[in-house]
Amino acid sequence: MTRSGEPAGNRAMRIAAPALVAVIALAAWQGLVAAYDIPPYLVPSPLAVLRTLVADRVLLLDSLGVTLGIALTALAISIVLGVLVALVFVQSRWIEMSLFPYAVLLQVTPIVAIAPLIIIWVKDTRIALVACAVVVAIFPIISNTTLGLRSVDPGLLSLFRMCQATRWQVLRRLRVPGALPYFFGGLRISSGLALIGAVVAEFVAGTGGQGAGLAYQILLAGIQLNIPRLFAALVLITLSGVILFAATVWASTAALSRWHESEITPES
Amino acid sequence: MAAADAPVVVIAGARKTYATGTQALAPVDLAVRRGEFLTLLGPSGCGKTTLLNLMAGLLTPDAGTLRWWGGGFDATGGPGRRLAMVFQSPTLMPWARVDANVRLPLDLAHVPRPAADGDVASALDLVGLGRFARHFPRELSGGMQMRASIARALVTAPDLLLMDEPFGALDEFTRQRLDTELLALWDARGFTVVFVTHSIVEAVFLSTRVAVMGARPGRIVDELAIDAPYPRSDDFRMSPEFAAHCRRLSEQVAAVGAQA
Repeated sequence: MTRSGEPAGNRAMRIAAPALVAVIALAAWQGLVAAYDIPPYLVPSPLAVLRTLVADRVLLLDSLGVTLGIALTALAISIVLGVLVALVFVQSRWIEMSLFPYAVLLQVTPIVAIAPLIIIWVKDTRIALVACAVVVAIFPIISNTTLGLRSVDPGLLSLFRMCQATRWQVLRRLRVPGALPYFFGGLRISSGLALIGAVVAEFVAGTGGQGAGLAYQILLAGIQLNIPRLFAALVLITLSGVILFAATVWASTAALSRWHESEITPES
Repeated sequence: MAAADAPVVVIAGARKTYATGTQALAPVDLAVRRGEFLTLLGPSGCGKTTLLNLMAGLLTPDAGTLRWWGGGFDATGGPGRRLAMVFQSPTLMPWARVDANVRLPLDLAHVPRPAADGDVASALDLVGLGRFARHFPRELSGGMQMRASIARALVTAPDLLLMDEPFGALDEFTRQRLDTELLALWDARGFTVVFVTHSIVEAVFLSTRVAVMGARPGRIVDELAIDAPYPRSDDFRMSPEFAAHCRRLSEQVAAVGAQA
């Protein structure tokens, strides 16, 4: 059965339980800060963070827009490029054997270490930041999609061969649909990584002024000891990450819910 | 065009050794006659699936030859020379609805959609799945998935149907019912069947002829004609004649096993 078949009580608990944890944690935080009279430049209270969020909303939302723009562009490029690379990889074992180590290299190189280089080499800062985020986000898509395109039911492959299917028919009708669950698994990881990549790259680039992203706001707030704003920026980044993740989960459910085991909740 | 009673497939001295060094098939000679229901019976590892895959063109022999309708494998696929195969598992595409799964061989051959849809509908009716055309495979029971798989094989109106232990994973009751339905289809449509099984009872119930195979190396050790008339019903399963055929085959299989 699908999610909608789940008992209503269960579904309510799925939201209520973590929400309750959040309320308790925030209340405790607020209480402790008030009880021990902790100054806001050390730990701001949740209410102080919320006030800053409202007061600095123009500045913070502008920066959020910049960071999200970079992250989403990077994610889109990672999807297109990652899937293309995976399609090239499965064309022959030789291609994959020759090139896969370099994809791994991309994955294991710390972005903090190569971001300065990319930023020096690429004139346009925005493009440089997107490039950094792509480097971070693309590997899970390449590796998962490649695995998915290879994981074909041998019986079905025999059937296609008996029907004298062309390479293209095997790819389009068998490999690509079969790879979808794997692709979405990679996408879930990559969506978070694209955001992290964008933030890290901004940190390294330290670009300020008009096109300043949230990372720059965090950096600046830290220097100015404006800790409530630092927290407010952090909250926005985290929220965006959660929403991005939820969006990929939704997309995955929409694409696979009718047929794939991962999207089927057990019947009770 | 070959004569009407010419064999459908002729296998002459076919031998197959896998890369691992296992000799899957010692030289095998076998002729599949038009319209017969031939069963390859034997224990696991006797090369029956290998032999079937050779007939399906999925494998090529290391030595010896295979002829389909008097020609090479390229000669198959045309009218009167169509091949289809049913595998051990249903091998349905989980992302496609039952009707799309059944239509697959037609889609791959670029059959126009309206014509294909008509063939799909009649193939589904034939196996009693007409009402389940818009279901996904996972919504069907194991037996129904196997019926869908058979519908997919029948949709091209094959002249030779190769079946590799198609009901091996099903429970006894479902298997007996599908055996009966398969016989009815075979009787009505007159195609040739090569059926692989390790069930003696199933082999006797279905076949016009049983080829008993032995292992290490895989080879045909005996052939037995089952001359009971069709349609065969559950009464046939209970007849002394049925029991006698089963005993004879059991002894054969046991004798082969003792040598190995």
